[in-house]
Amino acid sequence: MKYLLRRIGFFAFTLWAALTINFFIPRLMPGNPAEALLGRFHGRVNPAALKALEVAFGVDNHQSLLTQYVDYLGNCLTGHFGISISFFPETVSHVILQALPWTLGLVGITTILAFIAGTAIGAISAWRRGGVMDNLLPPIFVVTSAFPYFWVAMMAVLIFAVALGWSPVGFGYSAGATVSFTPSFVGDVLSHAILPAATILITSIGGWVLTMRNNMVTTLAEDYIRMARAKGLSSTRIMVDYASRNAILPNLTGFAMSLGFVISGAILVEYVFAYPGVGYMLLQAVQNEDYALMQALFLLITVAVLVSVLIADLLTAWLDPRTRAAQ
Amino acid sequence: MTIHLAVDRTGTDDLPVMVGRHGHRSVLLSAVLSNRKATVGAVLTLIFTVVSVVPSLIAPDNPNAEVFRRFAGISTHHLLGTTAYGQDIFSQVVWGTRQSMEIGFLVGLLSTVLSVLIGVSSAYLGGLADDVLSVVTDVFLVIPTFPLVIVLAAYERNGGLWLIVAVLVVTGWSYGARQLRSQTLSLRNREFLESARVRGERSLYIIMREVLPTMTSLIVANFLGAALYAVLAAAGLQFVGLGNVNTVSWGSMLYWAQNNEALQTGQYLWALVPGICIALLGAALALLNYAFDEISNPALRPQRRIRVRRRTA
Amino acid sequence: MSDAALLEVGGLTVDYLTGGGVVRAVDDVSFSVSPGEFVAVVGESGCGKSTLLFAVAQLLSPPAAITAGSVQFKGHDMVALAGKKLRALRWRDFSLVMQSAMNALNPVLDVGAQFADVMRAHGTKDRAEIRRRSEEVLKLVGIDPVHLGSYPHQLSGGMRQRTMIAMAMIFTPDLVIMDEPTSALDVVAQRSLMVQIKDLQRRLGFAVVFVTHDMSLVSHFSDRLIVMYAGQVAEAGPTRRIFDDPLHPYSRGLLDAFPSVRGPRRELAGIPGSPPDLGTPPPGCRFQPRCTQALDICSSVRPALYQRDVTEVRCVLYDPDRQTVDV
Repeated sequence: MKYLLRRIGFFAFTLWAALTINFFIPRLMPGNPAEALLGRFHGRVNPAALKALEVAFGVDNHQSLLTQYVDYLGNCLTGHFGISISFFPETVSHVILQALPWTLGLVGITTILAFIAGTAIGAISAWRRGGVMDNLLPPIFVVTSAFPYFWVAMMAVLIFAVALGWSPVGFGYSAGATVSFTPSFVGDVLSHAILPAATILITSIGGWVLTMRNNMVTTLAEDYIRMARAKGLSSTRIMVDYASRNAILPNLTGFAMSLGFVISGAILVEYVFAYPGVGYMLLQAVQNEDYALMQALFLLITVAVLVSVLIADLLTAWLDPRTRAAQ
Repeated sequence: MTIHLAVDRTGTDDLPVMVGRHGHRSVLLSAVLSNRKATVGAVLTLIFTVVSVVPSLIAPDNPNAEVFRRFAGISTHHLLGTTAYGQDIFSQVVWGTRQSMEIGFLVGLLSTVLSVLIGVSSAYLGGLADDVLSVVTDVFLVIPTFPLVIVLAAYERNGGLWLIVAVLVVTGWSYGARQLRSQTLSLRNREFLESARVRGERSLYIIMREVLPTMTSLIVANFLGAALYAVLAAAGLQFVGLGNVNTVSWGSMLYWAQNNEALQTGQYLWALVPGICIALLGAALALLNYAFDEISNPALRPQRRIRVRRRTA
Repeated sequence: MSDAALLEVGGLTVDYLTGGGVVRAVDDVSFSVSPGEFVAVVGESGCGKSTLLFAVAQLLSPPAAITAGSVQFKGHDMVALAGKKLRALRWRDFSLVMQSAMNALNPVLDVGAQFADVMRAHGTKDRAEIRRRSEEVLKLVGIDPVHLGSYPHQLSGGMRQRTMIAMAMIFTPDLVIMDEPTSALDVVAQRSLMVQIKDLQRRLGFAVVFVTHDMSLVSHFSDRLIVMYAGQVAEAGPTRRIFDDPLHPYSRGLLDAFPSVRGPRRELAGIPGSPPDLGTPPPGCRFQPRCTQALDICSSVRPALYQRDVTEVRCVLYDPDRQTVDV
C-alpha cells in the first residue's frame, strides 16, 4: 500500500513538474519568442485568439506571475489549451483529439508487442546460454537498437514503398478516402500502418531483448534456480516461474526510461511517413510556430509516459511481493 | 598466524578461491582487446574520430559549395554523386562527421560529469540530500526527453551547436545518475571504505580515490551511452530542421534530402549515406557500451557449449 | 565399501573449463554413505567441498563439469542418468538444503506455492493432499502452518532455514545433501538447528552428507568425517577417531586451532601460509608447502590414500611400504 501511494505521489509530483516546466519555458527563453510571435500575427489573427495567446504566454500582462501560474494550471487541468494557429479556428484540444487515436493505435500497440516479443526472446536466448541464439542475437540487436528510427523509416520507404511498391509511401490512409469503420477503410488504414509499425517494432525490440537477456543471465546464477533444478521441476516451469518472473522485474522498472526513447523514435517515424499522429502534429506545430499546440502536445506525451510508468509500477507491485512490504 | 577458514561465498560455480588473480589494469586492457565487440566498436569509433579531426585530408572540396552539376551519379570525381543543389555528397559526409563527433563527445563528457556528481554524492551523502537529488533525478528521467528537446529547440531556432549540447545534457544526465547512485550505494558499506573513514580521510578524498576507481567501467559505459544518445538525438533534431540546417552535418543532409524528396525521386545516395554513417557510429558506440557491460559483469560474457570428455572410472 | 551403500562416489573429478585453462576443483574423490549415516565433509573455503556436493547432486553448471569418476546412488549411475529419469529421482530420493534460505527460496512465490510445485512436479495433483503434507512438514520443524502463505522475506532467518529443511523432507528422501546450512546463522541458532536436523534424522532415518567449514559444529553430530584439502581427500574416517587422533598434519593443525571451552588453556596454533593455486597445483603433496612434518620426498611425490586402521590418510607418513615410520 505504501508503495502504491508513493508511486501515485511521484506521478502527481512529476506531472506538476512537467506543467511547471511548460509554464516557464516560453517565459525564460531569450528573445521572448512569444512577443515576436504576437507581433507577427498581429492583424492576421482575431483578437480573441490573440488574447488567449497573451494569457498563455504572459505577455503584456499586468498580472503577477503567481496569478498567471494558477490560471495556467487551472486551464491545463480543465483542458483549455487555447486556440491552434495552424488549424485556426479549432481549439488545441479538438485538434489533438483527432490525432490521438492514430498514435495510440500505432505506437501503443506496437510498443506493447515489442515489449512482449522482446522480453520473450531475451528470456529464451538467455535460457539457452552458449547456443546459437545467444551468441548471435545479442550483437545483432545491439547494432539494430542503435539505428536511428528515422533512418530505418527512410530505408523502409525506400525498399518497400518506392522500390518494391508493396506499401503506400505515407499518410494514414489514401487521399480522398472517407473516414469510416467500413472494412475497406480499415484495410486501407492497416496497409498504411504496416511500414511505420514495422519500423518501430524492429528498432525498439532490440532494447527489450538485451535488457531481458542480461537480467535473465544474472537471475539464472541465483541459488534458487539451482534449488529449482534440485527439486526436479521441468525446464519450462523453472524458466517461467523461477527465472522470468524474477528477471522481468527490473525490466518493468526500466520500461519507463525506455518508453522515452520509443516515443522519440515514434515522433520521427510519424514524420517520415507523414502519419497523422501526435508526433507528426508536434513537428508540424514547430514548423508553423504554433506554440500553444506544441506545448499541449508536449504535456500530452508526458502524461502518456507518466501513466505508462504508473501502470508498470502497479504491475511490479503485483508481481513482486517484496515491494508490498512496508519499507 | 591465522587459519584460513573464513567463510567466503564465492557464489554459484565461481572458481574456487584458490585461483590466482592478475593485476587490475592489465585485465581491463586485455579484456577490451579480446572482446570482439569492443574491438569492432573501438576500431569504428577510431575511424570516425580520425575523419572528424582531419576531414580536409580526405575530402578537400568545400562541402557547401554549390558548384557542381546537380543530381550527378557516382563517378571518380564525385565518389557518391551530388545533391539537388550541386554539392558533393562525399565531401558533405566527410565534413559532417565532425559535428556528430563533437556533439557526441561533448554531450557524453558533460552528461557523465553531471551524472557522476549527482549520482555519487546523492548516494554518499544520504539522508535529505539523497532524497531530494533522487526525486530530481527521477523526474528528469521520466519526462520524455525528445519532445522536451523539440520544444526547447523550437524556441531557439538558430541556436547552433551549443544550444543543442546544452539541451541534450540537461535531458540526458539522469539515467547515468541513477545507475551510479545505485552502484555507489552498494559500495558504501564495504570494508575498504570503512577503513578509509576510520583513517580519518575526508569524504571528498574517499569518493575520488576509493569509490570512483572501482566504478571506472560503469562510468565509461555511461559516457558511451550518453554519446550514443546525443548522436542520435542531434541527428533527429537536425533531420526535422531544428538544428542549424545550413551547417554541414549528417542530420541536416538528411533534412535537405527529405525536403527534396530524394527517396521518391531516385536520389538514393543522398538519403542513404548520411543515414548509414549515423547508424554506423551509433552501432560502434553501442557495441563498445555493451562490451563494457560484459567487462564489468563477467557473467554476461559469451559462453561456449562445453563438450566434456569423460574418463570412465 | 559395503554392498548396502546408499551412495557410492568413486574417483570423482570435477574440472572448471575456463578461458585461462582447466582448473581441477575436485580430484579423484571417493567415499560412500550407508543408509541413515551422517557424513560430514569439512575443509576451508575453496577446497572444493561445495563443488563436490553439487557434482554428487548433478547440479553443476557451466563451466564446471564432471570429467571422471562415478556416482552410484541406489543402484543408479547418476552421471549417466539424464532428463526425465534423473528428474524423477530428484527430491523423492535425495534432496538438497542450501546455505542461505534467503537466496535459495524464490522471492516471488510464497512458501506454500514452493512446496506445492515440487509435489505437483512429482505427481501429486490433489490440492488437499498437497496442503496436508505441506502443513505436516512445517510442523515437523516447528513452524506454524499459517506461514504457508508467507513470502520468504517475511520470515526470520532461522525460520527460513527451517522452512528449507521442511521442504527437503516432503518426500522423506533417503539422502539429504546439505551445503553449510547453518553458516548464515548465529552460534546459538546454529546449534539449535543442528539438534533439530539430528532429531529429524533419527526419526525419519535419512542419510546426510553435510558440508561445512566448521569442524567443531559436526563433532558431536556426524558419524564419519571427510577432511578435504585443495580438492583432494586428506583424511577420512569415523568422527570420534579423527578428533581423538588426527593423522594428517592438516587435520591436526585444524584441531589444534580450536580452543576447548572446558579443557586446559593452551596456545592457539595456526597453519601458516595459504592454500595452493588450483590452476597450477604443486607437483608433490599439495599440503607440503605448509606442512611442519614434510619430508624431502613430499615435494615431488603425490601421496596416495593410505589405510590406517579405520581411517584413510593421504600422507606419505602413513605409507606402509616406507622404510621408517614416523608417528
